[in-house]
Amino acid sequence: MIEMINVYKKYPNGIVAANGIDVKIEQGDFVYVVGPSGAGKTTFIKMMYREERPTSGDIMINGINLATIKNSRVPHLRRQIGVVFQDFKLLPRLNVYENVAFALEVIEETPKVIRKKVMDVLELVGLKHKARMFPTELSGGEQQRVSIARSIVNTPKLVIADEPTGNLDPETSWEIMNIFEEINARGTTIIMATHNREIVNTIRHRVIAVEGGLITRDEYRGEYGYEG
Amino acid sequence: MKARTLGRHFRESLKSISRNGWMTFASVAAVTVTLLLVGVFVMIMMNLNKVADDLEKDVEIKVYVELTAEETSITKLEEDIRTTTGVAEVVYSPKGDELSKLVVDFGEDLKLFEQQNPLHNVFYIKATNPQETKKVAQKLDRLDNTFEVKYGEGKIEKLFTFLNTGRNVGLVLILALLFTAMFLISNTIRITIIARRRDIEIMKLVGATNWFIRIPFILEGMWLGILGSIVPITLVTVLYYNIHSLLAPRLEQGKLFELLDFSPFIYQVNGLILLMGILIGVWGSFMSVRKFLRV
Repeated sequence: MIEMINVYKKYPNGIVAANGIDVKIEQGDFVYVVGPSGAGKTTFIKMMYREERPTSGDIMINGINLATIKNSRVPHLRRQIGVVFQDFKLLPRLNVYENVAFALEVIEETPKVIRKKVMDVLELVGLKHKARMFPTELSGGEQQRVSIARSIVNTPKLVIADEPTGNLDPETSWEIMNIFEEINARGTTIIMATHNREIVNTIRHRVIAVEGGLITRDEYRGEYGYEG
Repeated sequence: MKARTLGRHFRESLKSISRNGWMTFASVAAVTVTLLLVGVFVMIMMNLNKVADDLEKDVEIKVYVELTAEETSITKLEEDIRTTTGVAEVVYSPKGDELSKLVVDFGEDLKLFEQQNPLHNVFYIKATNPQETKKVAQKLDRLDNTFEVKYGEGKIEKLFTFLNTGRNVGLVLILALLFTAMFLISNTIRITIIARRRDIEIMKLVGATNWFIRIPFILEGMWLGILGSIVPITLVTVLYYNIHSLLAPRLEQGKLFELLDFSPFIYQVNGLILLMGILIGVWGSFMSVRKFLRV
């Protein structure tokens, strides 16, 4: 499903964030991406939804090469990938319902389908009763659940999460992880960058460790592996 | 793009207007102030221009016919005058009429001259283009049987220089004002959009195409322009209505010049204000969004 071939990324300021990454991720995998800050984790993630373009090498997602994709095709790529961010990235002037619906309006879905899908997914993340509230009226955990709802409402095959529990307290983090587990159980691939050793060590999945722009470890049912 | 998406964009732009509260207010206020300035200024300039035109139209060439000229040569002269290029209007006034005018102006005593009228027969001529008066007068002077050609030499040159300078200054001022208006309004709109650059970034990350993001912003700019032109249109209309009904009757007595009629002038000014508001709003949004779409 996802394949990175000899991916190299150098930023204009000279920092090399990916120094020849080769990796293959199959449909249905749940992958933790771990590593110290500044090791290239975020770049690794960002290249997968084309927020960053690799300097050289190829990134194939469902047969599309992200290294050569035209700018005008990027929106279409992003509709096939759900992305969840550490800072939620919700639209502050839209309420919960509208934030989730936005992902479907973008693909010009009919209002009827939008209403059904949005209410279904809000039920899944347990926020149906707060559909008319605005992001600022929600707790961090609730905002993250809205963000997850938005990322999956379009039923993408791949969900990418960049430290989704980074801003949340431990208890809320577990709730969020449960939702990801449920999404993964439905066959969706999940790639999650995280610093949370407790989660990685408890809910065992494949672990990819990135250090100095290289994959230093890649094991199924792996451990967090850093002193934390 | 599907029709229902366009509908969605319309709803979205209206929602944004109402949810942005103070930002909307700031933009609308900026549009209002500048359009009001532009509106009042255009109103004044157009009327001054009208006055200038009226003054110009009053400029006449007076051709005194040779005293010895016979009836037939006068007819011939009139024909010659009419066929001279640049002549718009010819009015013949026989010396009898000329005397009557003097009697009206200076009193019955002048009636004495009715026995032996010393005056000339006169042609009053208006040039097609008043600014060409001098040239036309020179041409007329060359015709047969003319005694003298007068057109207020010296005075009308000064008048024309004055009017032309006035027009040019007005044009420059209007252009400068328009430019300032564009700058001011698009800047205010830019600030409101900068405040939402994060929104634009998020929309792109969720898979919105550039046009999907742009259109609601452009429509929002249009609403800002429309909202911003309400107060200027109302004020300009009320203002002109009052000035016109106050001044027009007095000016008409003077006969020298008149104000532009309330209709259609006021509709033209209002149309201009609305059009400018919309154009500037749309343009301002378009330019500002463009900067942030490269995510």
